[in-house]
Amino acid sequence: MKPYLACALLACLLPAAGVHAAAADHVRASHGWLRVLPGSLPAAGYVILHNEGDQPAELTGASTVAYARVMLHQSSMQGGMSRMSMIDALPVPAHGKAVLAPGGYHLMLMQPATTVTPGQHVRVLLKFSDGSSLPTEFIARPANALDDGDTHARPTTHAGG
Amino acid sequence: MKPCRYRLLALLAVGLLLAACQSHPPLPFRLTNVSGHMPPLAFSLTNDQGKPVTAADYRGKVVLLYFGYTHCPDVCPLTMAHLHVVMDRLGALASGAQILFVTVDPGRDTPAVLHSYVHAFDSHAVGLTGSAGAIETLVKRYRSAFTREPASKDGSYEVSHSSAIYLFDREGNPRVLYTPADSQDDLVHDLHLLLSSGSPS
Repeated sequence: MKPYLACALLACLLPAAGVHAAAADHVRASHGWLRVLPGSLPAAGYVILHNEGDQPAELTGASTVAYARVMLHQSSMQGGMSRMSMIDALPVPAHGKAVLAPGGYHLMLMQPATTVTPGQHVRVLLKFSDGSSLPTEFIARPANALDDGDTHARPTTHAGG
Repeated sequence: MKPCRYRLLALLAVGLLLAACQSHPPLPFRLTNVSGHMPPLAFSLTNDQGKPVTAADYRGKVVLLYFGYTHCPDVCPLTMAHLHVVMDRLGALASGAQILFVTVDPGRDTPAVLHSYVHAFDSHAVGLTGSAGAIETLVKRYRSAFTREPASKDGSYEVSHSSAIYLFDREGNPRVLYTPADSQDDLVHDLHLLLSSGSPS
């Protein structure tokens, strides 16, 4: 009797849980990194968001104590012109992913509170449209880095190093 | 022995004449060939040390001309990071190359800001700024463009700009155009051609 009851209860609860689970609970972030520019110039943030849930999620912004302002941006190329625009939300499809990468979607982090140096880990709170947020570690990389840990990018490193 | 030497001299003379007649020797470029379709490099700007410079200061170098601005956190750094990889791939030949990063945002990009910015990417890069008029003249000379976008509440703004890189030979003649859609291998290939032809002055 009891197992049946438990099953019935679960059957009732599971769909509800699926609907009400916060986006931050089923989105996983990987390869978070920041491109740090000299002085107080804005940095760019990149990350891959994997949605492991059955419901779509929507990234709407981010915040961190390391920078005064963080905006969700998109770079695009139109007729040979490169432009950057602010976007309100970036969908992360159910069982899919959203990629924030150089030349496309990215976070623009403005006015560093203190100097952020390559190698440093910066905690960024990724915010979703349902109000939930996901704390994510971003590794600070030099200006000329191409990803979160390539070997090309140190100014003092030469080919083969 | 002697006839042989004369023949060699005659060949040399013909070769020199040919070289003199043809200021744009055809090279098997892979990128968009613009040889003869754009005017030679000319400008009067200020370098990232605060010194006035003209195109003549870079004669003898293969110039990579790029328009950008330092408050651009994504596309400009990506382009400059790619150029850094390209310079690494060129090895010793890279010493004959000069990246000119011309700002389209002279209001914010002082020589000092430009200096720390370009050197964060590659030692072969120099940042150039100048009067709005001088920059616009250079941009228009290469049929390039830029637009300052409306400022946000805090006064910050973006600048939309051409994404192409213009490659000039050692004499300052435009030779090929590189766009983000082109492959890095083709850029390295064409730079090899330009850096291997003509001798540094």
